[in-house]
Amino acid sequence: MALMTSARRLFHVSFREKSLRRAETLISATNTTLWNLSLAGQRMACIRVRDFSTNTQPLRADNKVTVHFINRDGEKISVKGSPGDSLLDVIIDQDLDFDGFGACEGTLACSTCHLIFEEDVYNKLGPITDEEMDMLDLAYGLTDTSRLGCQICLTRSLEGMTARVPESVADIRQSGDGSS
Amino acid sequence: MSTHKAALCKVQILKLFLTSARCGRITRFHGVCGLSTSTPASSAKVCIVGGGPAGFYTAQHLVKTRTDVQVDIYERLPVPFGLVRFGVAPDHPEVKNVINTFTQTAQHARCSFHGNVRVGKDVTVEELQEAYHAVVLSYGAEGNRTMGVPGEDLAGVYSAKDFVGWYNGLPRNSELRPDLSCETAVILGQGNVALDVARILLSPVDILKKTDITQHALDALAESSVRRVLIVGRRGPLQVACTIKELREMVNLPGTRPEMEASEFEGIAETLKCETRLFTGPGLSVSPQGDGEGVRAVATGEVEDVECGLVISSIGYKSLLIDPAVPFDTRKAIIPNTMGRVQQTAGLYCSGWVKRGPTGVIATTMNDSFDTARTLLQDIGKGTLDVSTVKPGSQGVSALLEKRGVKPVSFSDWEKIDSEETRRGEIKGKPREKMLDVGEMLQVARA
Repeated sequence: MALMTSARRLFHVSFREKSLRRAETLISATNTTLWNLSLAGQRMACIRVRDFSTNTQPLRADNKVTVHFINRDGEKISVKGSPGDSLLDVIIDQDLDFDGFGACEGTLACSTCHLIFEEDVYNKLGPITDEEMDMLDLAYGLTDTSRLGCQICLTRSLEGMTARVPESVADIRQSGDGSS
Repeated sequence: MSTHKAALCKVQILKLFLTSARCGRITRFHGVCGLSTSTPASSAKVCIVGGGPAGFYTAQHLVKTRTDVQVDIYERLPVPFGLVRFGVAPDHPEVKNVINTFTQTAQHARCSFHGNVRVGKDVTVEELQEAYHAVVLSYGAEGNRTMGVPGEDLAGVYSAKDFVGWYNGLPRNSELRPDLSCETAVILGQGNVALDVARILLSPVDILKKTDITQHALDALAESSVRRVLIVGRRGPLQVACTIKELREMVNLPGTRPEMEASEFEGIAETLKCETRLFTGPGLSVSPQGDGEGVRAVATGEVEDVECGLVISSIGYKSLLIDPAVPFDTRKAIIPNTMGRVQQTAGLYCSGWVKRGPTGVIATTMNDSFDTARTLLQDIGKGTLDVSTVKPGSQGVSALLEKRGVKPVSFSDWEKIDSEETRRGEIKGKPREKMLDVGEMLQVARA
């Protein structure tokens, strides 16, 4: 199921080429000797000391980047964040409280910080790692301009960008075929 | 919720605190007032059966959405968090971060945790329905799917559920003592649980000893002779139920080499060497060899004999019936429901695996639980669920439990167990050393 999902995903690569890419990954991976448990900590893409219990941030207005979020009710919320913060950091710092957002606290162990971007903004975002792609593949309502918010670092070039918080589950009361 | 709405919510809660603090002098709510001082007597009382992710996420959504809902979570074990504690692999600590959210929910003024209470034995679902306006069943899947093949009950054949329970410290699996003195182990099933088991069997002990894996499992794995793990499925690579992250971890595992059957991979030019044999034949039968200690897996149709000393069946968990008053679909092994409303039973709801079946990751259960909570709240809003009557809630249940000699474990009691486990783990350089005995947990909880 997961392989098929990733095959249907982005980058307009045919399934055969995708399999080859995966095969290459697997071959090179078998030669890998570096792997350790603290990889979870190293997955935090943005350079910032993360402390979820702290909500006091030095406010220097000149250094801030304005970003907009469209929540699941369609409301637009505008907030400011610092360059280097991840979008998940911004959402938490600003207490935006999207239901179930960021369950794994930015460690690439879930897909609940899924955000959808406008195409021009999407193209400006940093490169996507295999680890992010693995989790993003599982996100509900995946689009060609989707990314995980915990992996997107704010930069000045993202000033004024808008990200949409998609539904995390089919809201329509479905017949429930039991698929996960 | 927008920032503005969040602020509004906080103000409303403050007002409720002020109102109920004066409650003691108001006599119109007889018998109920002055107990949980943070809840007005007219609130809707909801009981959740099961303290795992489904239970906690359902509770979270309920208390966050309406300020007049009181939620009590009942859990069989003295310790909360269900499969997040007992199912998630020890080398996946980041997945357990959700515990922080659950802790916040448990510490919420309108939520309380009651551990060491076995619903169906210490208190019945009917009694819960009398004490609460609504009961949500979120007790997950304690059983496992059986293969129904000969040899399934031979020595050396375990369910993945029990094996995982063993290395994760589930009290009922503490005496499993799996025999790891063989060279080859076969895992049946290719989901994430199967890959977890394979990874734990083959991970270098130096990595595992820094996790919260139980000490007895660590000792057994340090002595293990298992060098080859075959992960076997009935269908092809496109149908594997595992996700890519776990597959990638398997492939990157230090000191190991993955092997796959090239013929199974259409479109891949090179032959990969990977120890994941993917059979496309139908079923398997397991037959004894010699004195019955060794086990031999045989494929029907295209037959292939595999010599191994350990078979772990990882084909799925299964929900069980815990109380005859609850409708149960034995074929699908779930509680029959429509969007979380249990069929033919007013005031009864369900969420998580017992509602949907035992598949999906934590986020799947989260969304499902939010869904059930929404359904319940909708029913309150529409009046389908009558919350106008005064119900005793946890007071009523506590009285019953006391009569029956059952002493619940509160969340702050759990925190004592938590501290002690953390303290014991620190000595060994582990995040925690889990207690394996319910008696010991209760002792520490009461200290």
